[in-house]
Amino acid sequence: MGDKTDVWQGTLALMVLKTLESMGPLHGYGIARRIEQTSGDLLSLNYGTLYPALLRLEQEGAIASEWGQSENNRRAKFYSLTRAGRRLLNQEARSWEQTTAILARFLAPSEES
Amino acid sequence: MRRIRVWLLKIFGIVPSQQQEQDFSDELASHLQLHIDDNLRSGMPPEKARREALLKLGGVERTRQAHREGRTIPFLETLLQDIRYALRQLRRNPGFTVTAILMLALGIGASIAIFAFVDAALLKPLPYADPTRLADVAERGVAFPRSNISYQDFVDWKRLNKVFSSLDAYTGSGYLLATPSGVEPVPAARVSDGFFRTLGIRPLLGRDFYSGEDQPNAPATTIVTYGTWQRRFGGRKDVIGQTITLSGAPTTIIGVLPEGFHFAPRGNAEFWSTVHELSSCEKRRSCHNLFAIGRLKDGVTFDTAQSDMAGIAKQLEIQYPGSNRDQGAHIEPLPELIVGQIRPILLVLLTGACLLLIIACVNVASLLLVRSESRRREFAVRGALGASPTRLVRQFITEGLVLVAAGALTGLAAGTIAMRLLLSLVSKDMLDSMPYLGHLTLNTHVLGFTAAIALLAAAIFSLTPVLRLPTAALREALNEGDRGSAGTLWRRLGANLVILELTIAVVLLVGAGLIGKSFYRLLHVGLAFEPSNLATLFVSLPRNTNNVSPPSNTYNKDEAMLPVVHKILDRASSLPGVSSAAIVSVLPVSGNGNTDWIRVVGHPFHGEHNEVNEREVSSGYFKTIQARLMRGRFLTEQDDSTRPRVTVINKAFADKYFPGEDPIGKKYGNGDLASDSIKEIVGIVDNIRESSLDEEIWPAEYTPVNQSTDYYFALLVRTEGDEKSILPALAAAVHQIDPGIGTNDEQTMTQRINSSQTAYLHRSAAWLVGGFAALALLLGVVGLYGVIAYSVSQRTREIGVRMALGAARGSVYQLILKEAGRLTLAGIGAGIVCSVISASLIKKLLFGTRSWDLPTLVAVAVLLGSAALLASFIPARRAASINPVEALRAE
Repeated sequence: MGDKTDVWQGTLALMVLKTLESMGPLHGYGIARRIEQTSGDLLSLNYGTLYPALLRLEQEGAIASEWGQSENNRRAKFYSLTRAGRRLLNQEARSWEQTTAILARFLAPSEES
Repeated sequence: MRRIRVWLLKIFGIVPSQQQEQDFSDELASHLQLHIDDNLRSGMPPEKARREALLKLGGVERTRQAHREGRTIPFLETLLQDIRYALRQLRRNPGFTVTAILMLALGIGASIAIFAFVDAALLKPLPYADPTRLADVAERGVAFPRSNISYQDFVDWKRLNKVFSSLDAYTGSGYLLATPSGVEPVPAARVSDGFFRTLGIRPLLGRDFYSGEDQPNAPATTIVTYGTWQRRFGGRKDVIGQTITLSGAPTTIIGVLPEGFHFAPRGNAEFWSTVHELSSCEKRRSCHNLFAIGRLKDGVTFDTAQSDMAGIAKQLEIQYPGSNRDQGAHIEPLPELIVGQIRPILLVLLTGACLLLIIACVNVASLLLVRSESRRREFAVRGALGASPTRLVRQFITEGLVLVAAGALTGLAAGTIAMRLLLSLVSKDMLDSMPYLGHLTLNTHVLGFTAAIALLAAAIFSLTPVLRLPTAALREALNEGDRGSAGTLWRRLGANLVILELTIAVVLLVGAGLIGKSFYRLLHVGLAFEPSNLATLFVSLPRNTNNVSPPSNTYNKDEAMLPVVHKILDRASSLPGVSSAAIVSVLPVSGNGNTDWIRVVGHPFHGEHNEVNEREVSSGYFKTIQARLMRGRFLTEQDDSTRPRVTVINKAFADKYFPGEDPIGKKYGNGDLASDSIKEIVGIVDNIRESSLDEEIWPAEYTPVNQSTDYYFALLVRTEGDEKSILPALAAAVHQIDPGIGTNDEQTMTQRINSSQTAYLHRSAAWLVGGFAALALLLGVVGLYGVIAYSVSQRTREIGVRMALGAARGSVYQLILKEAGRLTLAGIGAGIVCSVISASLIKKLLFGTRSWDLPTLVAVAVLLGSAALLASFIPARRAASINPVEALRAE
């Protein structure tokens, strides 16, 4: 998996939030798979690193958790986005867009000089 | 907001929760199961499906650890672990723990209690607006650096000065208050109209005096203190406007002072009135009975004020040479007047308490050191098992902190109790003169002080063992045979600490010795009268100036007063158990004051103020107090208003004004030798101590009460038996004559002397410093014992070898005692040097004792030396009784 990119903490939280927004309540394993799929398998995720991020988001009140049944009848802990989480997602998404836009300008081939 | 939520959750997460741990384990298990299911579905064999899932997770235990750390704060968690471990350690050694905590509590408690007094008296600002700008304003006489100001001078000073934005006068006073249970003399004060405005005090209820309310035609009004309002008027709001009878005069209550108000120079005053009705004294410029307070104008310093007022005094001296000759001005900050006297005592006590605290800290630190020695192997093992050096150091610091926290809390409790106890030992009269002590509490200052000394102690305790922590020598420490060299550094350090302790103990002991000796000297100062078996009380005859509903008889003129005085004397002397009775205008040992300015007939005179104490006495006075007649005769009943005025003078008077002459038959009068002031000297009496115990003896004159009397005087009776039991009967006897006569302050003469301010301050200083010194001695000797005992235990093998090689028990004794003796001598030597230096700092507290009093120094050296000998004898005996065979086998 040499050409896959590692995920770092800050962006992982944003990905989790976005995933939960689009997919609705999901368990940890499902979130991890979904992030990998969405990235087009470009991201390599050590699934273990997901759990501290989930804990942190839950402590912040952005997500809530509940035990439930998975699609193939396994017991699993499901995470869902809270209202505060939705707000946080919007906020973070905007700030991320801004950051990438700024970086894009730096990286774009300079037109006048 | 989000951050706070996270931190709160994390802090609660410190409490380890089995349920959370279990919950996460379940979650991980379900995660793996889901992954394995997926892998199986994609066709992997079960074994591979499982391995792949675990691999992708990145390790179950690692994930669990990361999750656990996320739930809480790792630093705090290990800290808690350290604390738990420290508590377990301390519990396992209850002897050490209790000793250490007790010693710390003792030192901290003593410091806190004394600091609370220092805070109340010296740190807390006085309860006035901008108190540092307030000045005590008084006159400066030849004999008194600070003397009363006369009302006429005050009026001129107020008019002429350019340095005070306001200047107001006050004087003590007393009223006979009509209460349902009879008349009661109450202390009061009279002030000029702006007095409270100058202080910046606004009444809690009602109003302040109007300006002009101190003028002669103003109606009689009074402001009561908060305490009086609560006690006498039940705290009722309708007290404002109520009319009460003060010494027969109807007076309207117009205000109540705030609760926190106090004014130490008139600390006991319950009623504050204006000087609207001038006394006969206040009408004369030569009669001084007031003090004043002034508020400095912006930018004016006390020095400027002093020179401005001195200039005005000079001007008045030229204008009124008869009354104002040599009358200067005296200006000092008001706080200085109020707390100036108690400051040196409090500072000495605080120093004593802090020295005690240092000894306690040193002792506990050396105990910790001893323990760190015996725990070398434990730490070596923990280090070998992988504990990092910082973790080991932190463990030690935590133990120090736990000890200090326990010590500080215990000390705080002990200090609070000690504070209450000390305060309850302060008599009512003393509290009146130091009203600021009434608000003694555990305030933020005191708590801050506690925190500061606790931090300091914590720093000491954390650092000492760290210095010795054998992190570098782990391997050697694990080695069994290493013990021989282990204690050297500690022995050297511990020995120095013990020398420090002994030095401090010597300083405190010498201080206590000197102060104690001063107190003894003070109580054994020559009185020239016999204070035992003397019962005394004060009598005030009711006067009435307005003639409005007099409560009973009034005694305004000498002719009316004399018969009742004689009736009181007759009744008092016929009480059972009384051998004689007398009255005097001012009791002995009250202090110099109430003076007369004299001029001897036939001696050269240039208008100087020859100040002598003036006392009006009944004919039986000298016999009653058993004063010795030096020459001539005592006063008799026949010396009355029909005869020429006579006087008895004391020896100091004769020595000062009649050197080389026989004063008997000589005459003197006031400055202008007015014919009605001329008196003939008929006798010389020994120097009866009129001054307070530590003041010098002044010339004094004793004039017959039959020729001039006053409405306020002291009654004394000499009893055959116990003088205390007669006090109630004495007051009752006076009231039988006329219930309208006020009596107060019944005390025996001995009580009066013992509770006089001078004796009181010296006594409390002696007891407190003595207590500190005793504790310091105890702790110092315990410290010495600890060091020697430790040294003996470290040298067991060495001593065993010596004895095996033929050393006699005597030489072992010598070996150990020599070591102890060296430390003791060093401590005593250093202590003597330090105490001679520090004793000169407490010179103010000494009376009749030099700061390098040889007997005290020798006594302290002997006391400490013998105590130290005793303390080192015990371990020396243990050393001498070592069985060489066992000592060598034990290794």
